Amino acid sequence: MNVLEPKAVIQSFERALDGALLNSHIYEREVGLNKHVYTSLWLDIERDGFRPAIYHTCQLQDRPHFSVISEVDLDDTVDLLYHFSLYTGELRKAIALVLRITLPKTDLSIPTITDIIPGAIFAEREAQEMMGVKVVGIPDDRRLFIPEDFPEGIYPWRRDETGPDKMLKVMPGKQGIQYE
Amino acid sequence: MSDTVHKTSYMLPIGPVHPALHEPIRLDLEVDGEEILDVDVAAGQVHRGIEWIGMNRNNPVQTIYLAERICGICSACHPFAFVLAVEMAAGIEVPVRADYIRTIVAEVERMHSHLLWAGVAGHEIGFESLFFYVWKIREKVMDLTEVLTGNRNSKAMYQIGGVRRDITPDQLPVIRASLNVYKEAFDELKHLFLDDPTIKARCRYSGVLSTEDALKLCAAGPTARASGVPTDVRQDHPYAAYADLGVTAITPDIVTATVVGDTYDRIIVRLLEVKQSIELIEKALEAMPEGPIITEPKIAKLLAVLKKAEGEGVARVEAPRGENIHYVRMIAGEETLRAWKVRAPTYANLQVVPTMLKGQQIADVPIAFASIDPCMSCSNRAVVTNKTDNSVSFIDGEQMHAMSLEKTRRLNAELAGK
Repeated sequence: MNVLEPKAVIQSFERALDGALLNSHIYEREVGLNKHVYTSLWLDIERDGFRPAIYHTCQLQDRPHFSVISEVDLDDTVDLLYHFSLYTGELRKAIALVLRITLPKTDLSIPTITDIIPGAIFAEREAQEMMGVKVVGIPDDRRLFIPEDFPEGIYPWRRDETGPDKMLKVMPGKQGIQYE
Repeated sequence: MSDTVHKTSYMLPIGPVHPALHEPIRLDLEVDGEEILDVDVAAGQVHRGIEWIGMNRNNPVQTIYLAERICGICSACHPFAFVLAVEMAAGIEVPVRADYIRTIVAEVERMHSHLLWAGVAGHEIGFESLFFYVWKIREKVMDLTEVLTGNRNSKAMYQIGGVRRDITPDQLPVIRASLNVYKEAFDELKHLFLDDPTIKARCRYSGVLSTEDALKLCAAGPTARASGVPTDVRQDHPYAAYADLGVTAITPDIVTATVVGDTYDRIIVRLLEVKQSIELIEKALEAMPEGPIITEPKIAKLLAVLKKAEGEGVARVEAPRGENIHYVRMIAGEETLRAWKVRAPTYANLQVVPTMLKGQQIADVPIAFASIDPCMSCSNRAVVTNKTDNSVSFIDGEQMHAMSLEKTRRLNAELAGK
């Protein structure tokens, strides 16, 4: 396996994405007595460049380790962060890679990656039910964690009117739903 | 109905609560006689919205306690990943001594978790004497946890910026003595698990996961390593003191020179990891420097720093069951976290269950499913729906366990006859 330095990884993304790479940031931290550097790489990517970015990640390492998607409600937009481990299996060489896609709340849709990385199916199902993101082309769009009798159109991790606030029975300082 | 009359497969739901399943979860098996044709996993029976509480009610320090209670056994790896993520987001430094104490506590947890699992594995195939033996020696590691943390299980050691308790010189002989117990017992454990014909007969070629499938489905931890994927967060991107200690991912070919990716291989990996943990704790005790154990001991000051913090952090730790990842997003002026995402290793490993169980027999479900070490609960019933006439019958947990025992007895008789 050809292991690239973090800076070279960013350059390779720049070449592969042709302007769809909006921003990049390298986080480094020294750990332990020997001051080993722990590296994580944060890349902001436009939605159009999302699938090419996933393809490119698979070019850097055949079958990269995909961990999870994390979702952040930022009032007007939703951040989706795809967490990868690049160069796993190599002693102290791995890079924590985060691909961020910012979606406007008016159009919360993102193509699936399960055709490239089948192990992403749970994360995509969770993103759909918890954040109300539409994953286009998902092979299995059932709910994962939320029970079937939970109302439609309420997304537990949202902070706007589609959030779960009115479902709450007890919450200090908040008006709960009235049960008969 | 005419098209279903000829269909020979049945639906067999196992769970949501069942002795073969460590946590409430439902496995819908499509079976043809004893053979499993397809599996669907229905999760979510114990989704408690812990992340929501961390995002809406608790401040980050209170959320550490919450993270500790995500899982009953992993009361070190969840807060560990959480504090690392918050430290990254808020830019908080950690003293080196704290890094070492964190590592030692995490390794003690791994020893405990693997021993607990080894006992359960014995129980699942009806090897009760092995179960009692392993759980008897597991007591020692719980005593060790109590010496280190004051509790047998909920460790409450991790704090943002360090740890809450120091390891004092008078604890060292106690720690070394309990490690020696396991060093002495290790050869016997290895012999009991790896040379026993019953265990070999039940676990060899059961629940096979190929290397390719493990990579494709993003399996984590011992489940991935047993399939020959040399991945371990402690090796790949070492955190805390692991960079100094040097960890190598354990794959089953160290013992058997081949990788099958079955339940037996998963036993090998976990057994060797107990030994690896002992060695890591010993190395860490040797190398541990003197110094402070926390950067900001005053909680009020720490909370003020955290409230002003703006940023995001992601941290991975190697939990006993595999890679555990936490993500946090902090916004300046907000007391709670804007976002907190937890992905426990079982989340990833559940995705491989259908692949592992396909083609297996129903009696293999308890041990094969338990071999990924999903987190634990207890049982009452499963429903068998007969598709041809829509009749419903019940297999309860005891009956399924009895089926597993029956298979062990049958194999034992065959082995004796050889």
